Amino acid sequence: MDRVPILKIGTTLFVSIQIDLQDESVVRLQEDLADELAATGARGVIIDITAVEIVDSFIGRMLAMIGSISRLFDAETVLVGMRPAVAITLTELGLSLRGVRTALNAEKGLELLNGRA
Amino acid sequence: MDVDSSQQRMAAYMRDHQDKVVGRWSEIVVAGLRGRSSVAEVRRELEDLYSLVVRAMSGADEQVAGELTAVLTELSGSRARNGFTPRETALGVFALKDAVFELVADVADLAPEYLAFSRMIDDLGLLTFETYAAAREQIIADQATAMLELSTPVIRLWEGVIAVPLVGALDSARTQLVMEKLLETLVATGADHAVLDITGVSTVDTEVAQHLLKTVSAARLLGAECIVSGIRPQVAQTIVSLGIEFGDIATKATLADALAHVLNRRGQRIGQQRPGQQRTEPQKPGPA
Amino acid sequence: MDELPIRTGDDVVRVRQQVRVVAAKTGLSLVDQTKVVTAASELARNALVHGGGGLARVEVVTSALGKSGVRIGFTDEGPGIADVDLALTDGWSSGVGLGLGLSGARRLVDEFDLTSKPGSGTSVVVVKWSR
Repeated sequence: MDRVPILKIGTTLFVSIQIDLQDESVVRLQEDLADELAATGARGVIIDITAVEIVDSFIGRMLAMIGSISRLFDAETVLVGMRPAVAITLTELGLSLRGVRTALNAEKGLELLNGRA
Repeated sequence: MDVDSSQQRMAAYMRDHQDKVVGRWSEIVVAGLRGRSSVAEVRRELEDLYSLVVRAMSGADEQVAGELTAVLTELSGSRARNGFTPRETALGVFALKDAVFELVADVADLAPEYLAFSRMIDDLGLLTFETYAAAREQIIADQATAMLELSTPVIRLWEGVIAVPLVGALDSARTQLVMEKLLETLVATGADHAVLDITGVSTVDTEVAQHLLKTVSAARLLGAECIVSGIRPQVAQTIVSLGIEFGDIATKATLADALAHVLNRRGQRIGQQRPGQQRTEPQKPGPA
Repeated sequence: MDELPIRTGDDVVRVRQQVRVVAAKTGLSLVDQTKVVTAASELARNALVHGGGGLARVEVVTSALGKSGVRIGFTDEGPGIADVDLALTDGWSSGVGLGLGLSGARRLVDEFDLTSKPGSGTSVVVVKWSR
């Protein structure tokens, strides 16, 4: 199983998902993030899915859950870089991911996080 | 296509007299085409078809049904391209019945086989009609797609703001295209706001509202907020009476109102410069 | 035609990848490719999680008018679905509350055929045509 690395820069945790993730890896990411948030007191999480070509309902819900978990640690999550084709497909599936903030890229995602500081 | 194996006798007759019957068939067809084709040209097309028909009548042959469909589809397409009506093409196929009747009219006891053969030819003639109709539908569909593409512009309205004027009917095909173009433009421009103007949308009902909501949902996944503008008074009444909820999506009467709203949200202003005066309006704050 | 077993989470990923390869071959647009691969992912996961494992069959198909498309069939030997109509209604969920994703997958494809009987597993065949 592939573990997704989590980078800490300042008070923000960065996660970049590069490959076609297996379900277990996504669940593992949730756990690892929770651990990191608890250990570091980070205020923001940026999940970069620029390289992700497929997001189905399971992965979509996992991403939404990451948003909820972060909030419990008083951190905000921003999902960045979603591809148009993925966004259209998720919308058709009926997933709006309303619990997670979104931005076009990591830079804008950071602006969003800093805006609320 | 039902193949009656008791057409063996007829099949044998037809095989033995292939040359004569195909010749006669070609003549009848050419007569019906009113000089737009020569006997030689037509004969070339019909020779293959004849052999396949005889094969089909001679016995259960898994392949022959598929081959017949292919040849007839090709014939139908080529005739259509050459300007013949589907009726002319179908009549051409039916003409085989006349040619064969001339052959077997005086042969004893072939009536039941002839009937079965006749039904088979009817089926084949109808197939050419179906193919023609299907091909026309495809052309219409392709043109509709092309038209859709032309009538869905996405405009860069201001820095960070794009506008999508929707005109005509907002059905699911157009919604797909709007979503694709809108999202691609968001990525290309880095915009964080989009105005969906529905002034030109003829009817706004629950279905249209759903399409709008879908589009807004998709744009949000790319970090952009949408405003719906162009709400006409009658439309407003329809929306309310249908119980359509726009929830937290801002709606405005005009594109201008929507632009002002967006600029406000982004902390920007368009001010008026008096002649001779330095501009004192606040510039856009920080990185946009 | 490719036959892929669905026994593990990795198999679901493999199904996605295979469908993507075949979809690209049939000339589907990027959005349509994404939709059909996502639908395949939903259905493969269903077969794994609710069906106890199964099989996926992926193949290129051609319509009578010469359009190409990709057809994927999923079969499992699981408990089957008691009320198919209910399962296909938006928002229906079974047991764990995560939903079968069937209605969602249906919206992503052009043709959707589901047969299921309690006790004899489930079979879903979907087709997505190129435009």
